[in-house]
Amino acid sequence: MWTLFTSHASEFFTGFGWTILSSVIALIGSTILGLGFALLQIVPNRFANIVGKIYIEVVRNIPLLVITMFFYVVVAKVLNLNGFVSGTIGLTLYTSAFIAETIRAGINSVDSGQYEGARSNGLSWWQAMRYVVLPQAIRLVIPPLGNQFVNLIKNSSVLAFVAGLDLMYQANMISQLTFDTFGPYIIVAIFYLILTLPLSYYMRYLENKTDR
Amino acid sequence: MQIKKVAGLTLGFLAAGLFVSGVATSPVQAETAAKNQTYDRIKKTHTMNWGVKGDTKLMGLTNIRTGKLEGFDIDMAKAITKRIDPKAKPELTQITSGTRVPMLLNGNIDAIIATMTITPERKKVVDFSEPYFNAGQALMVMKKSDVKSIKDLNHKGARILGVQGSNSIENVKKFAPKAKVVALPDYATALTALESGQGDALTTDNSILYGMAVDNHNVKVVGGNFTTEPYGVAVDKADPKLTKAINKAIDEMKADGSYDKLAKKWFNDVPGMNWKEVTE
Repeated sequence: MWTLFTSHASEFFTGFGWTILSSVIALIGSTILGLGFALLQIVPNRFANIVGKIYIEVVRNIPLLVITMFFYVVVAKVLNLNGFVSGTIGLTLYTSAFIAETIRAGINSVDSGQYEGARSNGLSWWQAMRYVVLPQAIRLVIPPLGNQFVNLIKNSSVLAFVAGLDLMYQANMISQLTFDTFGPYIIVAIFYLILTLPLSYYMRYLENKTDR
Repeated sequence: MQIKKVAGLTLGFLAAGLFVSGVATSPVQAETAAKNQTYDRIKKTHTMNWGVKGDTKLMGLTNIRTGKLEGFDIDMAKAITKRIDPKAKPELTQITSGTRVPMLLNGNIDAIIATMTITPERKKVVDFSEPYFNAGQALMVMKKSDVKSIKDLNHKGARILGVQGSNSIENVKKFAPKAKVVALPDYATALTALESGQGDALTTDNSILYGMAVDNHNVKVVGGNFTTEPYGVAVDKADPKLTKAINKAIDEMKADGSYDKLAKKWFNDVPGMNWKEVTE
């Protein structure tokens, strides 16, 4: 296994790099999008609520692979997207729906007295959200949000299906070149753990810190 | 405290993984002890398990109406089985380019007849029969494309699509080292990717490309074969008797004309293809 790793090190690290890049882009993108759609669902505007709801329910209930393939083969006919870009977009949209739900649940679980108190003290809706509700909600959603981030990194393996050059893609290529169907996947699993384990522990640390 | 516990568990899992991988590489010794096991079993149980393609037109394809597999490989598998043991029934298992070798070595299937090219690297892992189909790698492009041969793709910025697990990926890198090669999971995805502009050309064996071109009028096969890569039947190295029996069956079929009849049945109607080139 060690010789397998050393003889294909450049492929593994290339894949590792693409996986990290895709995950980081999707993480930032899906957090912003997710926060946006969470707010859309709770703003005092019926139309915005419905738009947010439709987006979340549709995207959340389609398999990630289908969303990714849609961008790879359908959208690519109009815009020139390669496998990496379409995979990352799919990952961002898919995760954003889950993050939106997580954040919305967090906002809803902040006691309504907080919001009412803020409003009766003369704060606007946006000010009440920005200075009173959201800071409390963020604390509540950090642990489930951490889970979504870990899922996001694991889900990035969907890039392998659209030739996104990520870790899983490299593992497929190496195993088919060497006929070793076990070693490459074990090595890739270790690479994924290197990313996800520290994140899990960091999230747990934050959780303990915010509990106090 | 808890962190320590979980870290310990993780290390345990990793260690278990390493251990299993060590075990997985050594079944070769166990197999040599039971030589020709598969051949004897075929004779005893009168069934022969073939790994075949289910997604390749002309070679091995599931007929959507009847649910049955059809193609040149399928007919060859049936004919060879009958000649090895007249009482035997062929069992057909669908495989992909990526799974076929592991499945053969695990004993899930007895032999592979699935558009598998005979290569020196593969010969180290499995035994091959004599060639039964004269294949070669070719290019498929969109009808409006200017690409005429592999030489037109040997420049920076060219993208060539292929399928994971097939040797066409490694081959095309030799003929067009400057082009970027993109590997997709299966032929249907690769064809869709070509149509949506993810690549300038799709490369794989001519048989598969012709099969796709029969139904799809947006694409064309160009430039002829740029490699010679005959297909063979793959058998586990522990079963030399089975390989010999398959070779005998193929020889008999070539001698009595039933092989030509099959080739004509499947390839006579393909536009732009002469069925005789298959049998050379």
